[in-house]
Amino acid sequence: MNNITVKVENIYKSYGDVEAIKDISFTVNNSEIFGLIGPDGSGKSTIFRIITTLLLADKGNVNLLGFDVIKDYKKIRNMIGYMPGRFSLYQDLSVIENLNFFATVFGTTVDENYDLIKDIYLQIEPFKNRLAGKLSGGMKQKLALSCALIHKPEILVLDEPTTGVDAVSRKEFWEMLRKLKEKNITILVSTPYMDEASLCDRVALIQNGEFLNIDTPDNIIQQFNKKLWSIKTDNMYELRNDLKNYEYTETSFAFGQMLHYTDKRKNVEKTEIEKFLSSKEHSNIKINMIKPNIEDCFMDFMTK
Amino acid sequence: MRTILFILQKEFLQIFRNKTMIPIIFVVPVIQLIVLVHAATLEVKNIEMIVIDKNLSQTSRKLISKFEGSPFFKVKAATFSMEEAYNKITNDEATVLLVIPEDFENRLISEGKSNIQISINAINGMVAGLSNAYASSIITDFNKEIIPDIVTIPDKSLLAIKNINITNSYWYNPDLNYKNFMVPGILVLLVTIIGLFLSSMNVVREKEIGTIEQINVTPIKKYQFIIGKLLPFLAIALFDLAFGLSIGKLLFDIPIVGSLWLVFGMTIVYLLVVLGVGLFISTLTNTQQQAMFISFFFMIVFIMMSGLFTPIESMPDWAIEFDRINPLVYFMRIMRMILLKGSMFNDIKADFYSLLIFAFISLGLATWRYRKVA
Repeated sequence: MNNITVKVENIYKSYGDVEAIKDISFTVNNSEIFGLIGPDGSGKSTIFRIITTLLLADKGNVNLLGFDVIKDYKKIRNMIGYMPGRFSLYQDLSVIENLNFFATVFGTTVDENYDLIKDIYLQIEPFKNRLAGKLSGGMKQKLALSCALIHKPEILVLDEPTTGVDAVSRKEFWEMLRKLKEKNITILVSTPYMDEASLCDRVALIQNGEFLNIDTPDNIIQQFNKKLWSIKTDNMYELRNDLKNYEYTETSFAFGQMLHYTDKRKNVEKTEIEKFLSSKEHSNIKINMIKPNIEDCFMDFMTK
Repeated sequence: MRTILFILQKEFLQIFRNKTMIPIIFVVPVIQLIVLVHAATLEVKNIEMIVIDKNLSQTSRKLISKFEGSPFFKVKAATFSMEEAYNKITNDEATVLLVIPEDFENRLISEGKSNIQISINAINGMVAGLSNAYASSIITDFNKEIIPDIVTIPDKSLLAIKNINITNSYWYNPDLNYKNFMVPGILVLLVTIIGLFLSSMNVVREKEIGTIEQINVTPIKKYQFIIGKLLPFLAIALFDLAFGLSIGKLLFDIPIVGSLWLVFGMTIVYLLVVLGVGLFISTLTNTQQQAMFISFFFMIVFIMMSGLFTPIESMPDWAIEFDRINPLVYFMRIMRMILLKGSMFNDIKADFYSLLIFAFISLGLATWRYRKVA
């Protein structure tokens, strides 16, 4: 079998005058976790809806396991599991009723593919007679994932599965994805959380409907070839203004309680920045050189 | 097939889990029949009347008692003051004023004719028209009765009046019982409301809560989805029709002359039209609110023009033309014909085929639009 599972070539989609995505191309390899990372409204869901045959692209081709999304959409619907960004199971049906319904609709039964969903389902089984609408956010996600997996799809498309889910459930959820990957399922996942990027095998950074970069998280970080400083002083508000007006500032972004800063000069030393800040009457100046993370890279690509 | 069964099972589960559904299914028909049949009456009874009898003769009293004796008029007060009488009319205490002049009986005997005055408050045009008609018929009756009393040797022209005797015989509804006419109409209304609203709300609800996304990525076929959505509401509407017919029979004792099988068969065809329209509205809209407003708009227009309250024949020409595309007209006619006249299939064939064409169009539109969304 060909190693490439998903092949997207030059797709475009506009809603009226708004160009949602422009010239998007990428490939996803077999049993890979491919992440689409980008802020809200960047076009992640549009790409996923095109891949899952819910939306037609204005231009371009999409191929899943050799099937075209337009011509062979019926075959594709049997091969993919899709979990939309919004919880979209029947809230007035119970957990087990939802599972049974989606299994039947796909022409299978819960028992037939039980081993695939077992790990996930066992966690929600105590609540199997509860209405889906009454589940907590994390449990809803687990149920939605079970329903998306019930027909043993080869490709799993998850649109922002961890948005609005607590930190513990998010971690569990990513562990589940790891296990599914071992079962030879190709996973496409989108997220607005940059910290989840490192959990993917490869990521695409997307902004305003265009890809900024596609690579493994490590490579993306390595491409960041400047010195990155983390700066903190007593007066963060003044610090931001001062750095904004500093002649050598290339970028400065607030990052939690810190400010991440890059300098235009090639080989700038800590002392030079310190000197500048002292001249602006900052006290308690803390400057450290740090390793960039995905978010720094994203910001960096955005300003290019 | 198994898929359709499961979709049906899911739909029924959801319908009966919805707490407002049971009241809708059971309360709507009862309320509609009991309240509407009584409220939407076309009969005008107990018209309140004021009498000024300046004559106070035997003949004038006879005339007044004639009015009193009819079920349409109720003599509320008698007075001699014109002012007081007018006040009562303007204060809405009475609708009709009858004035009998002083020389009423004298002129009747000496000249063979006399005048009386009837004033009617015409704010409600329909009531005024009916009051006038009832009053005229009472006076005509009265005329015939007094001819022998006042004319000793009747001349030829008066005899001629006596000789033409009009007797009425009302077919299919001999007692002119308006309930017999209204109940089938209300049943049509009932079936339409249940069918249109439930179906137009349903698909749009799946859109609103996002479940349609999940359904669209499954290999469910279009026809399976549409059937899964249609059948439950078809069943509910048919159940409500049976329920409504029973109430009509038990409470109002409406005649069911024709075949019930035919009634239900025709209702199924009609429901296909209504459900198709509902589903079509569902595919056009994105929220239940939009669906609600659009359904409501069409409902009102179609019901008002359906001939439920006013006969279509008395509408302007453009309205009569418009009613060619109003499915309610056809079904209302079918229902009244079967229930009251006992019409057979042959008698309602034309209306049946019209409904069939509507069903094809509305279901076709719904299916076509649904694909575009998917």
